[in-house]
Amino acid sequence: MTSFISADELHKTYYLTADVQVHALRGISLEIGQGDFVAIMGPSGSGKSTFMNLIGCLDIPTSGRLSLEGEELSSLTQDQLAEIRNRRIGFVFQNFNLLPRTSSLENVELPMFYSRVPSAKRHNRAVEALHRVGLKEKISNLPNQLSGGEQQRVAIARALVNNPTLILADEPTGNLDTKTGGEIMQILKDLNDGSGITIVLVTHETVIARYARRQILFRDGTIVSDR
Amino acid sequence: MDFFASVRVALRALRKNKLRSLLTVLGVVIGVCAVITLVNMGSGAQISIEKAISGLGTNLLIIFPGSVTKGGIRTGYGTVTSLTADDAEAILGECPAVQMVTPVVSSAAQVVFQNQNWGTSIFGTDLDYQRIKNWPVERGEFFTLQDVKAATKVCVLGRTVAEKLFGGQNPVGHVIRIKRIPFRVLGVLSPKGQTAFGQDQDDTIVVPYTTAQKRLMGITHLTMVMASAVSLDLMTDAQEQIRDLLRHRHQIKEGQDDDFTVRNLADLTAVFSTITRILTLLLGSIASISLLVGGIGIMNIMLVSVTERTREIGIRMSVGAKSRDILLQFLFEAVLLSLMGGFIGIVLGIGLTSSISYFTGWPTPVSFYAILIAFIFATGVGIFFGLYPARKASRMNPIDALRYE
Repeated sequence: MTSFISADELHKTYYLTADVQVHALRGISLEIGQGDFVAIMGPSGSGKSTFMNLIGCLDIPTSGRLSLEGEELSSLTQDQLAEIRNRRIGFVFQNFNLLPRTSSLENVELPMFYSRVPSAKRHNRAVEALHRVGLKEKISNLPNQLSGGEQQRVAIARALVNNPTLILADEPTGNLDTKTGGEIMQILKDLNDGSGITIVLVTHETVIARYARRQILFRDGTIVSDR
Repeated sequence: MDFFASVRVALRALRKNKLRSLLTVLGVVIGVCAVITLVNMGSGAQISIEKAISGLGTNLLIIFPGSVTKGGIRTGYGTVTSLTADDAEAILGECPAVQMVTPVVSSAAQVVFQNQNWGTSIFGTDLDYQRIKNWPVERGEFFTLQDVKAATKVCVLGRTVAEKLFGGQNPVGHVIRIKRIPFRVLGVLSPKGQTAFGQDQDDTIVVPYTTAQKRLMGITHLTMVMASAVSLDLMTDAQEQIRDLLRHRHQIKEGQDDDFTVRNLADLTAVFSTITRILTLLLGSIASISLLVGGIGIMNIMLVSVTERTREIGIRMSVGAKSRDILLQFLFEAVLLSLMGGFIGIVLGIGLTSSISYFTGWPTPVSFYAILIAFIFATGVGIFFGLYPARKASRMNPIDALRYE
């Protein structure tokens, strides 16, 4: 498998005050292949979310090398990172992070605003993405008119809509009941199987982690197991 | 994100908080409305004042005969006897910018009524004198064209002269003596007060100029000619036309000096228009303060809005919004707010101006200039006060913004 994400001695230190530092990552090195489905596990504070933010181009490492599809991320500008987030990465969050008082359809259209997709095409692609996650009705409903599962489907549709190569899911089932959580995981698994989208999943539930092909366990900013 | 999409996003955000947007806009509405109303009222005041001044005789042009030079000595104005009643008539007939003309013959004289006597100035004029000076008769009447033609010995008294000679008595119909010649009093002019230089304008007697020429002074020329231009703007034109005409009539060759002088009271007008301009500027700047307050209101709300929508900013950034996109989004919101405020303010301002002019009778022309300025100002306020919150939004860290509760 070619190396899709490559991390080498990744460190991330947060400076809370001048002398209080938090070492969130203490030398993470790992490779994730194209089309892989990886679950990152660990207790809170283990650095799994920090790692996810780094590969999601939301943050830059303090030291170490990180590349996505062969492209070194630490040397990119904010705008270039935004470009990557827009075109190549889709995010799915625990709390859905949909724009409030904005319809499902418009939420899904959002990434295409920033990649300047013309209006008619935007609409079609958004509807298509919503269909793909099994949401055929309620596309003009507002988030607060949807169930948690439906909201997460909208979020996945939004993550999908710009045809990313990577989907990052941060506790995607954390706010859902077991059955709905299962459904959401199945959608992600289908995307991985069917479209070959690489998926990195952060979770602390073993049941959920089992949907992935590979489980990596973080503790105190280091990898303790990888299988 | 393209331009129209940004505008749509901004519009939607404003619609979501209708009441708040409305209240924010109100500050700009009041500011713009105040600027337009006050500036229009200022120019209304300017027009009113100009009218009042022209009532005092600001459109007035005075033509003096020039000086003669004899053996290197230049005498003063009025020593040339070239200015005649025919010149006055020609000015009225041939200068289109001139509305009214009167020949003036003036002289000082001692006047007597019974046991009272008083030294005053005698003005021999034509009928238009009254209108040029905007000086109606208070009691009795002015002399007529007949009186001028026949050089009748009649006079109209200024208020001061009437008081000095007659005390409380009504002078109309009585006979006074000017230089021992009996004149019948036809009327008394309304009080006009002092000139700007402290001269009592009511200390005068007005008689037909023909009478003054023939019976009092024995001359055929004029002391001066008073003319009034059609309007304030045409003063210079009138002056030029009169000059050309008189040079022609007096057969003055190219290169030779005029034998007359045309003077006007433009200085006075200039002073007053400076005053009203300052007044308008003052009113405008006071109104601008309210526009400024409105702008600060926008900034305040935008800052609240940015904080409140931190999460939204985070979401937008996570799906690929660049900081420029976020900046533009919030800037558009601020500018849209102030543009709406500007538009409503202009409409209200025009309405207010018209109703003020309706109820007070003030001439308050709606100045396109004021509207343009107010509009530009409103947009400027939006950009200026929207920029800081928008920058703040665009510089957020995506992770912190996403985690914001």
